Order: sequence, then structure tokens, then C-alpha cells
Amino acid sequence: MQEFLQQLVNGLTMGSVYALVALGYTMVYGILKLINFAHGELFMLGGFFGLTWLTASAFSGLLKSPLLGLLVLFLLVMAMVAVIGVLLDRVAYKPLRRSPRLTAVVSALGASIFLQNAVMLVFGSGYLVFPDVARDIYWMVGGVKITLMRVIIFLVAVCFMVGLYLLVQKTQLGAAMRAASLDHDTSRLMGIDVDKIIMLVFVIGPALGAAAGLMVGLYYRQINFAMGWTYGIRAFTAAIMGGIGNIPGAMIGGLLLGIIETLGAGYISATWKDAISFAILIFILIWRPTGLLGERVADKV
Amino acid sequence: MALLVIEDLYVNYGHIAALKGINLQVAEGEIVTLLGANGAGKSTTLRAISSLIKPKQGRIIFRGQDLQRVPAHDIVRIGIAHAPEGRRVFATLSVAENLLLGGYWRRRDRRGIQETLSKVYEFFPRLAERRHQLAGTLSGGEQQMLAIGRALMADPKLLMLDEPSLGLAPLLVQNIFRVIREINQLGVTVLLVEQNVRAALRLADRGSVLETGRVVLSGTAKELAQDERVRKSYLGEQ
Repeated sequence: MQEFLQQLVNGLTMGSVYALVALGYTMVYGILKLINFAHGELFMLGGFFGLTWLTASAFSGLLKSPLLGLLVLFLLVMAMVAVIGVLLDRVAYKPLRRSPRLTAVVSALGASIFLQNAVMLVFGSGYLVFPDVARDIYWMVGGVKITLMRVIIFLVAVCFMVGLYLLVQKTQLGAAMRAASLDHDTSRLMGIDVDKIIMLVFVIGPALGAAAGLMVGLYYRQINFAMGWTYGIRAFTAAIMGGIGNIPGAMIGGLLLGIIETLGAGYISATWKDAISFAILIFILIWRPTGLLGERVADKV
Repeated sequence: MALLVIEDLYVNYGHIAALKGINLQVAEGEIVTLLGANGAGKSTTLRAISSLIKPKQGRIIFRGQDLQRVPAHDIVRIGIAHAPEGRRVFATLSVAENLLLGGYWRRRDRRGIQETLSKVYEFFPRLAERRHQLAGTLSGGEQQMLAIGRALMADPKLLMLDEPSLGLAPLLVQNIFRVIREINQLGVTVLLVEQNVRAALRLADRGSVLETGRVVLSGTAKELAQDERVRKSYLGEQ
């Protein structure tokens, strides 16, 4: 039982990271019907920008009050990657809005390779090590070890997800976002500036991805230029599992995948954990081809 | 003075000419109908007015303002609401959310929105009953009511309706046309695209007949209803 709970805690941490990254995939898909293959790289940039700030001398003073320091760090990194997200859209996707979808997908792959190589040129191809921030602080709860960093990751992720859910489901702006993802032209007839909504999506998605990248750096304490691929493919899987285009689906898919992965690694075999995750993905898609929360509204004519 | 003036409007889809020099005037307070067969260019005319497609040539002037440089999402702001062909309700949003999006451009005017919303619910009590239901689960007639109601939420000067009667039972058509008349009596100018020529001519003050991208006939509704060609081609009389 203890073992199980420990795995569950680990899985939830991993799952929160996947969920945050999955949201970026699903939101861009929702509005542009485009798989943003460069999204994993934006996640990776979150880690690299975070490390750069952490090792910058200007930051060491702030870290004397760790919580404030972390807050500032998260906001800075998210803002920087959001700017890159918007630029990515401007340069790689916006000129192709009226082109066939495949063209934009190729452009996304190109952007992904470009960003990976740019980071490799600047930071090198080896692993970079994060400074130790609050890693030794932990509690034992009924024999389960819960580190402060896990708690921070989980809480920050939950806050972002609840915030995003409320924005999308409960506000007029959120309704406009949902409308724009259904029908661009009709949304324009309502006075919705669809280009602005797309820009907003390229702010929110990359910012959340960057937060996740920073979390991974802070927790595992090592980052690499290629990490966008390994995490990106899993987060993308999570988005599909939940139903791509569906925001709560990405959250549930991410958490579920994290838990499945850690339980699979813990109880069956660590080397088989990806095989287990993808097998479960396949079963879910056989059972529900549109994903767990994929929409199936019958349009009456 | 004319509320809407269209001068020598040309629109192309790729290399295919959809409109070949349309001229049209709509005066304030009128109901004007555009008639014609499928592919005559009726919907294209409305889409051009809404800036959803850019004309190749010609001018569209609304209340003295040339619409050429007005982006599609600002058209509703200057007073034109467009209920598009095929209703195009937001299927996975609730009825109430659809209606509120109709008033999106003036979302800060909460009182105004609430007033218009209760007016829309008065016109269409069915929508009030189903306000929490997803729009995609409504019947065709209810979706049409929603499309019209959503356009009304913008509080427009000019209401453009693209085939509101399409696919509806005769009783429902009557109902919808009665509401259009009531809306018009509240001071809203209406530009109505229809294939139901008989019903449209009964409702409208004036009309124009489009054939393959050109206006072939214009006049008062009475004149059109008595016109030999209209009677033969569109009213099915011998």
C-alpha cells in the first residue's frame, strides 16, 4: 500500500507536467487544427531560460526568500517563452493560414528542428545541471515521502489548470475562444477578433509549457536540448488520450498518463513503461476513438 | 438617404467570377430581399458586405462609410449583423452562450445586453426554455431562431438574414417571417436572402433578382410579384 501511494504521488507529479504541456498541444489544435510540433521545444526553452536566470548573479539575492524567488522565476520564464510562442506563430504558422494543413505541419517540424539546434549551439549538447533548490525539504506522511518540490509542482500545475478552466468555461473571453475554435468566420460575424484569440492561445500554451519545463529542471536538476522531444511526445499522447482539442481532456489525459507510467514502471518493468503507456493509449482509442472527453455532438440539420 | 449602397461590386472565388457588377441600395427602415437560384451570388453578396470576402472591385458603403478597410470583426460594431447561411450556431456552446456571443462586441454594456436578451426570449420563447441546452442539440427550426436571435443581440441597424426559411416546416416559416416583420417594425432594416420567393415578396418592400452574379431585375415587391419572368421562373406559375 505504501509503495502504491508513493508511486501515485510520483505519478501525479509527472502527470502535472504532462498535463501542462498537453494543454499547449490541445489549445493550438483546437483553434488551428494544427499539431504544433515545436511545442516540446518551447517546453525545453522553459528549462533553459530558468537555468540561465537561476545562475545569473542578479538572481541569487532573490533566492534568499525562496518562494518569492521561485514566483518571480516562473513569471519571467513564462513571459519569455510566451513571446517566443507568439513569434513562432508569426514566423512559421501565420503566413501559412490559408495553405493546406500539411504545409503548416512541415513548418512546425522545421521550427522544432530549428529551435533544438539553436539551443544546442548556444548551450551545448550535453546535460546542464540545475542548482539545488529546496530539494532536501520533504515530509514523511504515513511512510510516503513527499518532497517540497513535488508539492510545488503539483500545486502550481493545479492552480494553472483551474485558472485556465475558469477562463475558458466561465468568461465571455473563454466563450469567444471556444467559438473561434469551432468556426472562424462566424466568430468574426460576432465581432470576435480571431487573430487576437489565436495570439492569446500562443501566449497561454507556451507559457504553461515553459512552466512545465522549468519544473522538470527544478525537480530532476538536469536539462538537455533534446528533452522537448521525449516530454513532447508523451504530452502529445496525453492530449490524444483526453481528446485532442479538449482542454479538460488534456488535463485528465496528462495526469492519467503520469500515473500509468509510474505505476507501470514500478510494478511491471521500468524498461516497459513506454510500451505500457502506448498500449493503454491504443486501448482507449479503440474504446473511444475521439479520446476520453472527445466531443461527439450530433449536428442536427 | 440610403443606409447601404453597393456600387458595381465584383467578387471572385479564385478564377471564378461570383459577382459581376452588382448594384443595390437599401434605405433605412426597409425590408429588401435578394432572390435567385442557387449559385446566383446572394450569399456572396452578404459575405462581401460582412467583409468575410474581399471584393475584387466596387464599393460597399454603409451609413456613408466605405467598408473596404473595415475588418470582418468590426462590421458588427458599425451596425451590421449577419445570420449566415446554414445557421452556423456554435454547436458545443449553450443557447445562452450563443446569444451572449451575439452581443460580444458590446459585452461591457451589461444592462443593454440583458434588455436585448429578454427581448429575444420574448420573440422566441423556445430559446428561453432551452437556454442551458447545447445549441447542437436543438431542432433545425430552433437553431434558426437561435441564429436570428444571436444576430439581434448585436443590436444592429441592418440585419442580414441568409435563407432563414431553409429546411423548415411551413408553419415555422410563417412564424419566423412574422418575427422578422416585428423586428423591422422596431426600426431594424432587413436585407433578406431567400429562395422562398412567395413568402419573401409578401414580407419585403423591395427586391432584386440575381442571376449568375448579376442583378437582372429590381423593383417593389408588388412589381416583382406581378412580373412575368418572376412568376414563371420563381413562383412556378404558367
